[in-house]
Amino acid sequence: MKSSNQNALSIASLAKTYDNNFKALKGIDLEVSQGDFFALLGPNGAGKSTTIGVICSLVKKTSGTVKVFGIDIDEDFSAAKQYVGVVPQEFNFNQFEKPIDILITQAGYYGIPVPIATERAEKYLKQLGLWEKHNVPSRSLSGGMKRRLMIARALIHEPQLLVLDEPTAGVDIELRRSMWTFLEEINRQGTTIILTTHYLEEAERLCRNIAIIDKGTIVQNTSIKNLIKQLNKETFILDIKQEIKTCPVVSGYPIVLTDSHTLEVAVDKNKSLNQLFSMLSEQGIEIVSMRNKANRLEELFIDMVEKNLDKNEGSQDE
Amino acid sequence: MNSQQQWIAFSTIVRREIRRFMRIWPQTLVPPVITMALYFVIFGKLVGSRIGDMSSLPYIQFVAPGLIMMSVITNSYSNVVSSFFGSKFQSNIEELLVSPTPNWIILVGYVVGGMARGLGVGFIVTVLSLYFADFSLNSLPVTIGIVLMTSLMFSLAGLINAIFASSFDDISIIPTFVLTPLIYLGGVFYSIEMLSGFWQTLSMFNPILYMVNAFRYGMVGITDINIMASFAMVGLFSTILFFFALWLLENGSRLRN
Repeated sequence: MKSSNQNALSIASLAKTYDNNFKALKGIDLEVSQGDFFALLGPNGAGKSTTIGVICSLVKKTSGTVKVFGIDIDEDFSAAKQYVGVVPQEFNFNQFEKPIDILITQAGYYGIPVPIATERAEKYLKQLGLWEKHNVPSRSLSGGMKRRLMIARALIHEPQLLVLDEPTAGVDIELRRSMWTFLEEINRQGTTIILTTHYLEEAERLCRNIAIIDKGTIVQNTSIKNLIKQLNKETFILDIKQEIKTCPVVSGYPIVLTDSHTLEVAVDKNKSLNQLFSMLSEQGIEIVSMRNKANRLEELFIDMVEKNLDKNEGSQDE
Repeated sequence: MNSQQQWIAFSTIVRREIRRFMRIWPQTLVPPVITMALYFVIFGKLVGSRIGDMSSLPYIQFVAPGLIMMSVITNSYSNVVSSFFGSKFQSNIEELLVSPTPNWIILVGYVVGGMARGLGVGFIVTVLSLYFADFSLNSLPVTIGIVLMTSLMFSLAGLINAIFASSFDDISIIPTFVLTPLIYLGGVFYSIEMLSGFWQTLSMFNPILYMVNAFRYGMVGITDINIMASFAMVGLFSTILFFFALWLLENGSRLRN
């Protein structure tokens, strides 16, 4: 049974080798505390969806253990499944069914009686702005509505652990932000959330802890704050007023001239931007605006994945 | 899941299955009725009147039980195969697979859904047949028993076909190349007494022969086969298919990576 000091998810030495001998997971360890908002990041094919697939029983693990609120899925998967709600990457509901029927049917699979299921379906469809469409064939919903319908479906049995596999992929900015607000509220109410995403801004905004997975191994598992601390440089794009033909040289600040009005400069964390601006100013260069080249987390992510690639290539060379 | 939750999960699957075939009734309920009406008109009335008696019965009375059974078999099978494969194809089978619903409930739910359509269409065709032929029911228990078991058996077979299928071609191969020949050669349109020794012996390996004859016995009181052998045959096949289908679900074959 669930107790307050148990992790929402404990994964130990989880490995998965597919029939074609592809090693999707090479013995990963992962722990997610109760109430956490956890990001699982990784490039395509890193093993994120395989991990989620194992947690929700769509993928059979090769070895290792997975515990959901202390329940080993090998011992009582049925009980463990009661705690988990899954929002998959692809639309996987019957497009001919109405949203209300999809939710009530899903609740039935968890043994929830129709009157309670109907009440909850109405609650979640309203919260996710879908109530007006509750009685239309779901194939007529927009992409964003279909994503929200999948979130409502995953919540219908009120799981303690919600796993979302790229829930905002292909969703416009306004809708994405409203989904973030909704997920933050669900998390505040006590639901543990695990999120995979390609939008690193999303992970930085929502999540407290993060694991970066690449080629079936966890390359980083820490808090977002600790991760950001590891960032030792940031790349800025400077828009300059006048047209220049040659790239300015500033000692200690590697600069690239990307076009006649734009400079790209990598600034070490321990160096001052004021110094850079004054040195450029001395060369007669006037800066009109400045922005980050990429999200801070994105720079770290790329750095870690590249390091992992180098490491793998190195070990293959050996 | 406790037993009450299991019952809710089971009734949810059955309700969803019935809702599915009722929603698409022009595809699921109307065509078999039209096809059977044509069979009754052509084989029963037009051609049948020239054939005369078969096993001492007017041909329409001989052929009607076989035609009813044919509609039960094809509809039970096609309901489960198309519904389950459709769920696999659209990936919404994952809704069930991620839930705590036990595999045996999934199996029984789909099978009962298939039986609901098979028996529903069978009932409509039976009512239709009363317009063409007069029946005095010989044995209600035999009629009901064999039609239920046959519907069960072909619903199970449809589920197994759907689990193995990876394309829409795969769900039409068995009905076209296996089921239809077995039905047509299963004594629906003729008595196997008409066949020579070799073909009679070969026919005895056709399970549909047993079902059609038992059903015909229940309705009009004649059969080429021992009734107990019919029930034993259908019971044996249903048991084997049930445990094989359950094993496939437990094993996650072609459903889980």
